[in-house]
Amino acid sequence: MIKRTFQRFASGGLILLIATILGAPVVSAQQLRGTVSLDGSSTVFPISEAVAEEFLAVQPRVRVTVGVSGTGGGFKKFIAGEIDINDASRPIKMKEVNKANEMGIGYIELPVAYDGLSVVVNKNNTWVDHLTVAELNKIWRPGSTATNWSDVRAGWPEMKIRLYGPGTDSGTFDYFTETINGKSGASRPDYTANEDDNALVQGISGDVGSLGYFGYAYYAANVDKLKLVPIDGGNGPISPTQTTINNGTYAPLSRPIFIYVRPDALDRKEVRAFVDFYIDSAPMLASEVGYIPLPAAVYARAKKRVDAREVGTAYHKEASPISANLLDASK
Amino acid sequence: MNSDLKLANDNIAARHRKARIFRMFCAGVTWMGAGLLAILLIQVTVDGIKWLDYQFLTSFPSRFPYKAGIKSALVGTLWLIVMIAMVSIPIGVATALYLEELSRKGRFAKLIEINISNLAGVPSIVYGIIGLAIFVRGLGLERSLLSGALTMSLLILPVIIIASREAIKTVPMSIRQAAYALGATRWQTAWAHVLPASFPGILTGVILALSRAIGETAPLIMIGALTYVAFLPEGPMDSFTALPIQIFNWVSRPQQEFHELAAGGIIVLLIVLLTMNATAIFIRQKTEKKLQ
Repeated sequence: MIKRTFQRFASGGLILLIATILGAPVVSAQQLRGTVSLDGSSTVFPISEAVAEEFLAVQPRVRVTVGVSGTGGGFKKFIAGEIDINDASRPIKMKEVNKANEMGIGYIELPVAYDGLSVVVNKNNTWVDHLTVAELNKIWRPGSTATNWSDVRAGWPEMKIRLYGPGTDSGTFDYFTETINGKSGASRPDYTANEDDNALVQGISGDVGSLGYFGYAYYAANVDKLKLVPIDGGNGPISPTQTTINNGTYAPLSRPIFIYVRPDALDRKEVRAFVDFYIDSAPMLASEVGYIPLPAAVYARAKKRVDAREVGTAYHKEASPISANLLDASK
Repeated sequence: MNSDLKLANDNIAARHRKARIFRMFCAGVTWMGAGLLAILLIQVTVDGIKWLDYQFLTSFPSRFPYKAGIKSALVGTLWLIVMIAMVSIPIGVATALYLEELSRKGRFAKLIEINISNLAGVPSIVYGIIGLAIFVRGLGLERSLLSGALTMSLLILPVIIIASREAIKTVPMSIRQAAYALGATRWQTAWAHVLPASFPGILTGVILALSRAIGETAPLIMIGALTYVAFLPEGPMDSFTALPIQIFNWVSRPQQEFHELAAGGIIVLLIVLLTMNATAIFIRQKTEKKLQ
């Protein structure tokens, strides 16, 4: 813990130092003004906050604001033209694509980090060594009849299994249900749902028969209270770690998180500078706040995409066939 | 005869016992409320007090707990208080005065009265939605302090109006009659006598309403108050953040240090609230003396 705090301290100091050395003489030559407005997912917020904080050291006169109204709420504001950048913990939905087209709003899709959805159980759970994707599906699918641990795998105790997970408004819920149950939003309803991940941590750590899932950062901050479950996606059980999430072996539960940028906002120098700064500093800042950086090649391609102002999404082929998935570069 | 007396004695003993039980029950409930508040305050203080220093009050938000502060949130909240007061007090008090003193007591007044009482019970998020539709988008005020203050004013207007009306009702009829007897008009009576006489009561209502406003998070999030703001608002059209939003954000983060920062923020919010209440009590006592 102390070591980690020190690392944060050191890397933060380093950024400041670099910013001061590199920035000071150059910056005084090109001092930008204006505002850059971001909104959206609470999952992406810590990264955007960190980037905004460091950007302030380089461009103190640019006002960067970050709101938290959820991925969906952020897209509404983005499509209404009220903000420059939307923080998104899931790709844009087809419904949102249509709406954006209707309003004539373009969007540049930039993945900024990975988040490894973590499946956890109580610290005193001695029987679970790993879970397969099929077993997760057996537990979480709509209409699931698994009520005891013994229903999940033969040999496990006849103990009631109590489930904890994020509420239906959460991007985490969307991603988990889509990957495990095949359809976004499809989940058994009889679990303890809470939008506050800290409440899920509390619940799972006080309940021997519990099982739950949330973002990796919440596991990382509570390692002493929870037991992480390795997930077998077909290639043997893998635990989410910096390495396994980064190289893609922790599948299928590692998800990319994004920022969506309005191309016309890039005409404003301060927005352009901020987006460039975001991509440059994302690898270091993402890991500082508990996320996993993408491979370097992806960031390089993201920069090119900003240069070319290539709009569209890689997640709905019918909407924009020109846009390649930047993440494919690494796989 | 003897058995009747015994029965009566038994009855008295039973009734006294019931009275004792009832008293203990009421005392228990009262102390439970106070006790819960005490536990809450102690816990918040224990968690947050070590973060509460000059640096905490004068720094902008940060991803490093030891560098993070609530400057922008505190200043945003202070801006909000002043602007909400400027909007809601004149409108609220004038409405109460009109309804109590100047309007005809007809069906229309009754209708307005029922509406106001109902509005006082509407959940705050609904006001957020109204604010978003009317002020942010409709009037094009964007996500500014002004939008926030107007939305919050809507939220607390019913409370101010109801409290002010109650205060005006307590002014003795004889004061009005004395004014009328000297030839004062309704307006003169209301402005120069009824209003000053009911001022302490109105002030109490206003302060309670304002306290509610600065603790609200939901409508502010709805109209798009921001979470990370590293500058201070310079005018009513600037974007802003406020204490409850900053506290909410810190509470929802994974790291323990941020939860403690949130406790520090709660202490600051409580200090702002208590200062407001103390000011109100002080002014009330001053003005009450002057009237007597």
